[in-house]
Amino acid sequence: MPVINVDDLTDKDKAVMEVEQLRKEVKLERALVSKCCEEIQEYILAGADDDTLVKGISEEKNPFKEKGGCVIS
Amino acid sequence: MCDQTFLAINFGPCEKCGKTKPLMNIYIKTDPINYCSLCVEMMANEGLRDNETLSSLKNESETLKSKLEEERAKLHDVELHQVADRVDALGQFVMKTRRTLKGHGNKVLCMDWCKDKRRLVSSSQDGKVIVWDAFTTNKEHAVTMPCTWVMACAYAPSGCAIACGGLDNKCSVYPLTFDKNENMAAKKKSVAMHTNYLSACSFTNSDMQILTASGDGTCALWDVESGQLLQSFHGHAADVLCLDLAPSETGNTFVSGGCDKKAMVWDLRSGQCIQSFETHDSDINSVRYYPSGDAFASASDDATVSTSICFPILTLLLFMCSPYTVGRLLFTGYNDYTINVWDVLKGTRVSILFGHENRVSTLRVSPDGTAFCSGSWDHTLRVRGFLMYVNIGLLRGIPVSYRGTKSDLIWALLVQFQMIVILVSGSILEVQSIYFL
Repeated sequence: MPVINVDDLTDKDKAVMEVEQLRKEVKLERALVSKCCEEIQEYILAGADDDTLVKGISEEKNPFKEKGGCVIS
Repeated sequence: MCDQTFLAINFGPCEKCGKTKPLMNIYIKTDPINYCSLCVEMMANEGLRDNETLSSLKNESETLKSKLEEERAKLHDVELHQVADRVDALGQFVMKTRRTLKGHGNKVLCMDWCKDKRRLVSSSQDGKVIVWDAFTTNKEHAVTMPCTWVMACAYAPSGCAIACGGLDNKCSVYPLTFDKNENMAAKKKSVAMHTNYLSACSFTNSDMQILTASGDGTCALWDVESGQLLQSFHGHAADVLCLDLAPSETGNTFVSGGCDKKAMVWDLRSGQCIQSFETHDSDINSVRYYPSGDAFASASDDATVSTSICFPILTLLLFMCSPYTVGRLLFTGYNDYTINVWDVLKGTRVSILFGHENRVSTLRVSPDGTAFCSGSWDHTLRVRGFLMYVNIGLLRGIPVSYRGTKSDLIWALLVQFQMIVILVSGSILEVQSIYFL
């Protein structure tokens, strides 16, 4: 059973939690946005060929295509 | 001397210090307490000290937050769409509803795909959890939960079990069996116990562990076999509404979003919150990791989606329910019954998908990306896949935005877009409105 229910915590406890968390975060190392954006862009473009939702898929390979009707001969 | 009035005082042992002294008649929230005047003074001072601490904590929190914002702003030197300026825009995006899964008696609240890319599990307000075969639209399994509002469901990585939960405050795992004689409900295993409703659940890399998020403000990691709590994650100040695990190759973290407007990134092993983001103005309904593992998107009731790439933030506009990202594209579902498709690099909307008759509550892309499924409060699920990747170079510039009944759509298409009709050659009845940019 998880130890706490957030409704039971007092405002003070919640504030303590928040301040502790913020103190930890201020000390973190950060990277420039431009660098991060470059990395994301490279990642997306590299995967673009495999991305079916962007590229599309031929009807033969599409597992969700409608099945043809039956032909009785 | 005879008409002097005397104050009647209780004389007895003080409840706090034990000395026999005149006691003060004081009530704390209708409970009478008998303290001597010295103890009453001390108690009043203590209360003061508590209040002081609360406001000083709040002050400290504000200064830390503004410091964090400063740090973040220093690094925020460019926007993603500026960096992606030279990337070609996506061409016309055509998606068609391939399957409509009908069978739920009430709003569909959650769904998840199986790793075999074919099956999916969905849960609804009427308490039913159904496993579908998306190719054939057959219902393979159905379970009735003892509670309504089954808000969370997940497929195990092996495909052999499902987990679900909601207002019963628990997460239960049901092994899937094809034996007709066996009652699925009989084999149910209650794994997670929370003190409030279950809002989201997800298996980790194996069938053995499950991660849950709950209205009691905590997330927790459980061992399925023994039902034991392995790790709990405290940090949200209100209900946690959603969670998403990082792609397995990139590490042991997960992100959670809650009603306290925060999105928090956690370390699975230590239970520590690594980072928290407070950029929304309202409840965060859904969070999703990027496939690359170093960014995530969060969607909120305040009508925006934020993608947090390490620290900087992109905001895309409009009201939201749940996003999903597949590299370039971001799918978002809304209260106004539509699904928007966004180009992440450019920050522009690529397409709007219609079809649902009520709010879109959940969206997932299939594991291999050939389709995606959306569940809605209109009691159905729609599986959409590619019709064809149409190059509409010839047709660019013709504005179309149509949203009508099925027969109108055909008419419009046949009359105005003969080119499209020929290329498509599929069932035109199913084609959703096409947005030309």
